[in-house]
Amino acid sequence: MKGVTRDRAISFGLVAPSIILIAVFVYGFIGFTGFSSLTKWDSMEPNFTFVGLHNYQRLFSTVPTDRFLCDLRNTVTFTIFFLVGCIVLGFALAVLLDRHVRGEGIFRNIFLFPMAISYIVTGVVWRWILSPGTSLTGSTGINLLFDKLGLGFLKWGWFTDANMVYIHPDSRFGVFLAHIGLGGLASPYIGISLAMISVVLAASWQMSGYTMAMYLAALRGIPTEMREAARVDGATELQVYMRVIVPMIRPVTLSAIIVLGHISLKIFDLVVSMTGPGPAFATDVPAYYMWDTTFRGNNFASGAAIATLLLLVVALLIIPYLVSTTRSEVRA
Amino acid sequence: MTALVPRRSVSVVYVLLCLACVLYLLPVYVLLVTGLKSFQEVSLATMWKFPSKLSLESFSRAWSGAYLGLTGLSVNFMNSVYITVPGTLISSLLGSMNGYVLSKWRFRGANVLFPLLLFGMFIPYQSILIPLVQVLQTIGIYGTRGGLIFCHVVYGIPITTLIFRNYYAAIPDELVEASKIDGAGILGIYFNILFPLSLPGFVVVMIWQFTSIWNDFLFAVVITSEPSLQPITVALNNLAGSFSVEWNVQMAGALIAALPTLLIYIFLSRYFMSGLLAGSVKG
Amino acid sequence: MARRFLTVFSIVLVLGASLALVACGGGGNKLEIYSWWTAGGEAEGLKALMDVYHKQYPNVQIINATVAGGAGTNAKAVLATRLTGGNPPDAFQLHAGLEVQKYDPEKYLVPLDDLYKSQGLDKVFPQDLLSLLQYKGHYWGVPVDIHRANVLWYNKKLFADNRLQPPATWDEYFKVSKVFKAKKIIPMTMGTKEGWESCHVFETVLISVLGPDGYKGLWTGATKWTDPKVTDALNLYKNMLADINTDHAALSWDQALQYLLDGKAAMFIMGDWTNGWFTSKNFTGYGWECVPGTKVFDGLSDSFALPKKAPHMQNALNWLQVCGSQAGQAAFNPLKGSIPARTDVDPSLFNPYSQSAMKDWTSEPIAPSVMHGAAAIEKWATVYKDIMNTFATNLDVSTTQQALDQAAKDNLAM
Repeated sequence: MKGVTRDRAISFGLVAPSIILIAVFVYGFIGFTGFSSLTKWDSMEPNFTFVGLHNYQRLFSTVPTDRFLCDLRNTVTFTIFFLVGCIVLGFALAVLLDRHVRGEGIFRNIFLFPMAISYIVTGVVWRWILSPGTSLTGSTGINLLFDKLGLGFLKWGWFTDANMVYIHPDSRFGVFLAHIGLGGLASPYIGISLAMISVVLAASWQMSGYTMAMYLAALRGIPTEMREAARVDGATELQVYMRVIVPMIRPVTLSAIIVLGHISLKIFDLVVSMTGPGPAFATDVPAYYMWDTTFRGNNFASGAAIATLLLLVVALLIIPYLVSTTRSEVRA
Repeated sequence: MTALVPRRSVSVVYVLLCLACVLYLLPVYVLLVTGLKSFQEVSLATMWKFPSKLSLESFSRAWSGAYLGLTGLSVNFMNSVYITVPGTLISSLLGSMNGYVLSKWRFRGANVLFPLLLFGMFIPYQSILIPLVQVLQTIGIYGTRGGLIFCHVVYGIPITTLIFRNYYAAIPDELVEASKIDGAGILGIYFNILFPLSLPGFVVVMIWQFTSIWNDFLFAVVITSEPSLQPITVALNNLAGSFSVEWNVQMAGALIAALPTLLIYIFLSRYFMSGLLAGSVKG
Repeated sequence: MARRFLTVFSIVLVLGASLALVACGGGGNKLEIYSWWTAGGEAEGLKALMDVYHKQYPNVQIINATVAGGAGTNAKAVLATRLTGGNPPDAFQLHAGLEVQKYDPEKYLVPLDDLYKSQGLDKVFPQDLLSLLQYKGHYWGVPVDIHRANVLWYNKKLFADNRLQPPATWDEYFKVSKVFKAKKIIPMTMGTKEGWESCHVFETVLISVLGPDGYKGLWTGATKWTDPKVTDALNLYKNMLADINTDHAALSWDQALQYLLDGKAAMFIMGDWTNGWFTSKNFTGYGWECVPGTKVFDGLSDSFALPKKAPHMQNALNWLQVCGSQAGQAAFNPLKGSIPARTDVDPSLFNPYSQSAMKDWTSEPIAPSVMHGAAAIEKWATVYKDIMNTFATNLDVSTTQQALDQAAKDNLAM
């Protein structure tokens, strides 16, 4: 019995350093940031005059700039396409490599190694690759390659394209939404930022090796007997995948979503080095706005508000998931 | 295993894989080719062209200093090593301990503790720089490489704990129970049973942490302000000027800075795979 | 057992090794200079300045602390953490003008009025510059260089081939643009990737339409942003933007300038660091003019400021002395491609462009650049930058004017 309590104490002692460190360096700072967001702090000297939700109101208005609203839209675009891109691409590559082709090691290394590069370098290189050139001066980058390969119709402005895909308020659907009181949904701030797709390409290039490795390991972990059994039962290859394999790798997908999700919400280095804020903030992200407004504009309170909003969004999305998975494990 | 796969589809697989390789290697080509050019020759319009004259000058300038009076990447390379190696080792150990306790010794509140620890992964670092510096200053480690290691360890706790907890969750509890019955205590079980089994997990965590610490810029530039103590990412950034950039030197420098992580991936990718295979992937 | 011992031992070893790195160096006869000058002429100029200092004070070890990127944003971020964290450098780079407001000078910086008097600096700097350098009644930095923002650079060959003169008025500019457009040459090239280039060009347009006093008034509240002249300026800029290269969002300013070098674009508006870029590319086929309608020196200046808690105060004061001295400015500026703030430096040390700029510096009225920290506090300049960056794409004059007015209201109330 004494052994058990002693072990309990030690177990606590082992995690205690982490608890203390996280309490101070994460939650303590979150508290400080949240508090600062409600103040008027806009100079080097902290100025904690309480101004309530003024900073938050400023962020969500379109005057003087609608930068934050653009950021939110861009983050949604980026997160969705990045997650889908990495997962689909990683899975596809894993399926191909699962065939035990010759030279698998080399292929694997090639797909994995972009992870080793820093985001800043990725951003610089992909900026060069996706620079569109102009019709007068000639194409550059990948547009140039498209021209040379006879694929000129694929040419695009990439991240210089400031167009958004959204429900136009004057379109039929937009009018309908206005009818039922949801007119607010037909706005350029709720849509897909096309320029962001370029950033998604660069980020997916970087991280799809990670999802590929995870899926490959998971595929290898599925006992062949299961696959054989399904085949013997007369299932086609596609059905084997859909009925047997995909459900078994669901945990991998969920794990990937968490890891990739946290990267996409905090994405900063890549955007700064690749596109900057973009035409009419088409590729701006909250972390960049936070950086700009805090350290260039000296508006610490506004930067704190952006950080707090980001964390709130994360909390709303992630915590229920985490709580439910850990609870289900306890029950199991 | 795949004996039933017809030959035709194998060649389709090869074609697809090779196509993917070309796409994945395109950026590397740009990096290399630009690094081998001279500044006069570097421009967007000639991006894909091979250099008219192969020159390693950009590489040597990136390494030893592009301009008089400024050091190149050589000085800071060892700093990166001093910072990344201990940081990786310590944060892996911490993650392993935490993962062990949270998966095998569920005390009351452990299930609340795990999400709370994990939430730390999402904090945007730009927003906490000022209080971070002040706290580090109070502790007395601000401006030192030890302080930078400390930061990486602290902010690495969530992800390392996540990976290890999932890894250990895949190890059957019976193993632990059997040891308990034999009279082993919590530490004994860890050192004698789990730690020897953890090698693949350590590889995954160490590769991940090595990459993120080696490539980190934000903490490095804020915490180690003295140039002689800064890691290579800051020096790489400083190869650019305030208004214009010598792209050939920049890209050559980027390749040099990426070399250690690249080598680690190449040599350890096999263990990376077996680490993921051994169960650290389960959600 | 052995395995356990090995594990514990390795853990202790790792911990011990990293604790050893906690050791800190400090003290000693040092001087830490903090800037974002990391490449090209600026790095060489800084080194030359340090050499001048070193000759006078050979026993001081100079530490060149720099942080590149973001046109100084990265450096300013780190500087903010150092000033508030109580670990400032001995001297740091500061744009002359209202940018000093962001460092709370009365709390964190040392006023340099005595230095100005003892060195006679108030006699050798132009009066306009002196009034720019004052904030809350004191001088806070010593300017080392002056850059000019309102320069129109053009490709000599393209103009000669089409028998055109570089434009001196906006009417001429649009006439010239039409000719180039017909020949499938980009009239004006611009690169807006970093976000500040658009505002840089617009401030020159504002100066040309409102005149230097009207322009200055925008930042003090004397001129209203709702003034119809501002609308004119926005419309003029809109017409200009209609003809720039369509990929401007993908290019930094130097990449956009490549079009001019390659003969694919005719004109370019940018500060005179452009001169240094042309030189490093060995290109001589360029000419320069003031931006049409601006016989004004739209200036920005880099200076050095002194934190109150500078660890080596006397060394730092000596550094500031060197920065403001004839020898220092004569060593620094030719290499950097800028002109000295002092009016008594030998012009023969400089290249033709700089010589013409030096002449204008002493004769023309000076307008402070807003994009580079002189005319407005950085909080305002940042919002202005964001507004004009959006304008470069959506070209919406009325919304932009409203936004600019709102930004002014927010910041003038301070």
